[in-house]
Amino acid sequence: MIELPVIDPEKCNGCGLCVEVCQHDVLVFIGDIVTVNKVEECDWCTTCELICAEGALTCPFEVVLG
Amino acid sequence: MAVKVDFLKQTAYFSGLSPAALDSIAKLVFEKKVDRSEIFVLEGGTEDVLYIVASGAAKMFKTSAEGKEQILSIARPGDSVNDVAVFDGGPNLVAAQAMSPVVLYGLSKSHLEKILVEYPQVANNVIKVLANRVRYLVSLVEDLSFKHVIGRIAKILLQYGSGAESGQRLTQQDMAAMAGTVREVVGRSLKVLEEEKAIKLDHHRIIITDEEALKRIIEEPS
Repeated sequence: MIELPVIDPEKCNGCGLCVEVCQHDVLVFIGDIVTVNKVEECDWCTTCELICAEGALTCPFEVVLG
Repeated sequence: MAVKVDFLKQTAYFSGLSPAALDSIAKLVFEKKVDRSEIFVLEGGTEDVLYIVASGAAKMFKTSAEGKEQILSIARPGDSVNDVAVFDGGPNLVAAQAMSPVVLYGLSKSHLEKILVEYPQVANNVIKVLANRVRYLVSLVEDLSFKHVIGRIAKILLQYGSGAESGQRLTQQDMAAMAGTVREVVGRSLKVLEEEKAIKLDHHRIIITDEEALKRIIEEPS
């Protein structure tokens, strides 16, 4: 299963900054809601999470022993 | 022009001003568009323009002699950039780089000085903006006594990788809250741990590649 950034629609204020900063066009607006579009292009840079002032978008890590 | 005035009145710098004052200030403001990744303020440079982000986002960062980057803050719409250099005439403290296509509203130093004289409310607003900035930066300076932050992050990773919390996910913001720091410092700490080959970042996974190295980092005196 491909991991996706997690979007909380209740916290999202539709500012669109996450869509603008994503260098791989992974995020798009569908109506007023930001959704993940090109899942396979996401390299988990977490810039979208960094830019979101509302904490609506998160990129959780799984910590594993190698 | 109406769009510019509507935007300016919502910014921290120009809040509380009359429509006539805003109209007058809007005439002095110029628009500048920058592309994604374009650096529009150079650290150490002499750009004597105050910018306010109208759309898009930019990061403010410093670069060490070894080329390591530390993000100090993110400027979103309404946030100002390059304030200190414009007010004290010194070199730019940080570099500013667009994280997306950005539209900036710029005010030259000479125009800003005129505005401050003519509209004392702006001076009061500026004081509040800079005071908030100082408060945030003092907190960041505290966090940037780097060694023990890395130790706290290393401990969190061990807990989540092999300890009681194993299997649970966490964000960089979670790590920041647990370590008593800010997200920007977590990001850099993870990079340092990866450079030291204690961990490897693999998409959404943080792989602990050297558990002993993490334990040593935790034990290091702060």
